Amino acid sequence: MKPAFDPLHPTEHVSFAFDAESEAAIAKILAKYPEGRKASAVVPLLDLAQRQMKRNTGSAWVPCAAMDTIAERLGMAKIRVYEVATFYSMFNLKPVGRWHLQVCTTTPCWLRGSDEVVAACKKVTGITHFGGTSEDGLFTLSEVECLGACVNAPILQINDDFYEDMDGKAAERILEALKRGEPPPPPGSVIGRRASEPWPEETQATANAADGSAEHAE
Amino acid sequence: MLSDKDRIFTNLYGREDWRLPGARKRGDWDGTAAILARGRDAIINEVKASGLRGRGGAGFPTGVKWSFMPKQSDGRPAYLVVNADESEPGTCKDRDIIRHEPHKLIEGCLIASFAIGAHACYIYIRGEFYNEAQRLQAAIDEAYEAGLLGRNACGSGWDFDLYLHRGAGAYICGEETALIESLEGKKGMPRLKPPFPAAAGLYGCPTTVNNVESIAVVPTILRRGAAWFAGLGRPQNTGTKVFCISGHVNKPCNVEEELGIPLRELIERYAGGVRGGWDNLLAVIPGGSSVPVLPKSICDTVLMDFDSLREVRSGLGTAAVIVMDRSTDIVKAIARLSKFYMHESCGQCTPCREGTGWLKRMMDRMVKGEAELEEIDLLEQVTRQIEGHTICALGDAAAWPVQGLIRHFRPELEARIQAYQARTRQAAE
Repeated sequence: MKPAFDPLHPTEHVSFAFDAESEAAIAKILAKYPEGRKASAVVPLLDLAQRQMKRNTGSAWVPCAAMDTIAERLGMAKIRVYEVATFYSMFNLKPVGRWHLQVCTTTPCWLRGSDEVVAACKKVTGITHFGGTSEDGLFTLSEVECLGACVNAPILQINDDFYEDMDGKAAERILEALKRGEPPPPPGSVIGRRASEPWPEETQATANAADGSAEHAE
Repeated sequence: MLSDKDRIFTNLYGREDWRLPGARKRGDWDGTAAILARGRDAIINEVKASGLRGRGGAGFPTGVKWSFMPKQSDGRPAYLVVNADESEPGTCKDRDIIRHEPHKLIEGCLIASFAIGAHACYIYIRGEFYNEAQRLQAAIDEAYEAGLLGRNACGSGWDFDLYLHRGAGAYICGEETALIESLEGKKGMPRLKPPFPAAAGLYGCPTTVNNVESIAVVPTILRRGAAWFAGLGRPQNTGTKVFCISGHVNKPCNVEEELGIPLRELIERYAGGVRGGWDNLLAVIPGGSSVPVLPKSICDTVLMDFDSLREVRSGLGTAAVIVMDRSTDIVKAIARLSKFYMHESCGQCTPCREGTGWLKRMMDRMVKGEAELEEIDLLEQVTRQIEGHTICALGDAAAWPVQGLIRHFRPELEARIQAYQARTRQAAE
């Protein structure tokens, strides 16, 4: 169904209907909220629409037609869905590249060298400014605020995954591989760290902590 | 120093199995039905006696918060809402609890919900934690399969449903009433209080909102007793806390320690010390981006708990310790936080919506020194215009880092302005 006029994208002509995979997810989502409180599902459904767009078109974004579909489904005024879609930063209101690069530059990441990560992203993709998409349509670069993984700073989020303990070289390596069509590496630390433990070697205290929990297990 | 036998989060680093069998080995879900059998009042009193203060930043006593919930339902259901919208710059503790100790959180949800008379609980997790949400949902699913959740949860006779709800990228949703608005399907704009959530929260029903860490420590407190928890830490600042140590340290990490540990010991014992040694320390933001920065002279001796940090006009906040060594452009570090608050202001209250922009633009000039000396006082005044004049604490949170900078680093601001003025004078001649 094509909207008569898309105020966000006057030049885009996108129709949208949830596919079977999304419908199955919608049933589960709606079951979480009480009768008459279907509006609670608006953020989950917008996310679902964005994921479906990614699956079917390769670009994770929410066209206005999807917002209209969601408004109808949840019995909400369209404007209520538009204002939610424009309030939350994770909804892309225009198409993005196949790999959405989201670099955290908030103070904890900045202290650990997020400027280098940004520079590496720009260098490999040729993107000159935040919000830009590379000419080949492969990458979109965004600046994001704190991702909540600060002891593993700096963080580069690619689509859903966090790449942690980054630096410029690691960012270049990952993005060059994506450019060559290789799959992304497993998410997490790029320096071989398991999680948020002190790294590389253990301090006595954390070694004790590990022993202590092993005792628990016996 | 916290001894290993007193550690609550024994799998904080994910070295062991996060799933139900692994969690049971660590003691989770042990005798949960018997805990519920003690009754609502006994559980609330135990949590009160433990001295547990909310771990999300404000430090309000958790048991007292629970006691605000109505004892008798007037027909409306009650809700527990768990705040997993962890977004305060520097903070990444809830993430580790969710991915490595999910059953501590889930069991805590059941116990806390029972204590406040709720048959349903929503965990609101920030949208960016996609993989963490997958993990938590898997843990919830296995808890249902094992009969720990759902009808007659754990054989306790209490029916209990637990739902995971993902957000979509908005720091403000960590404010409890904004979180409720968001959960209801609206923009995350904080509500005017009163009414407080305990009277009218989610869907207009009595609601308690608690941080992930506050809820996840509850089962252990009830198993080991209030006296045990209250014996850790310092008076009024009891128990253990997960600290996040980021920035210019040799080994940034999360670690559980007793409240009241000296800041210097925390950094040197666990985080491998300040890069270049303690004398290379410039400043520390001790509790997440919202609390005022402390210069080294205070860091030398300050203790890490709610009251000690308040005495030095800062705060424990979320216990996210952001360390900056002497190579740091401190003005730029704080200016970046001003940019953060401008970006995250929901726009509802004029002093915050406009004021955070003022702060950001003035701070950007302060970074270059492109200002008049009198403007330092003007900057201070702008923060006072925001602080205390908004519905929620985001305005205060935007004001405090700048106030801390002016309080402790005024000479740096002045030197920059004078250097800039000298340069422009030279250029003009």
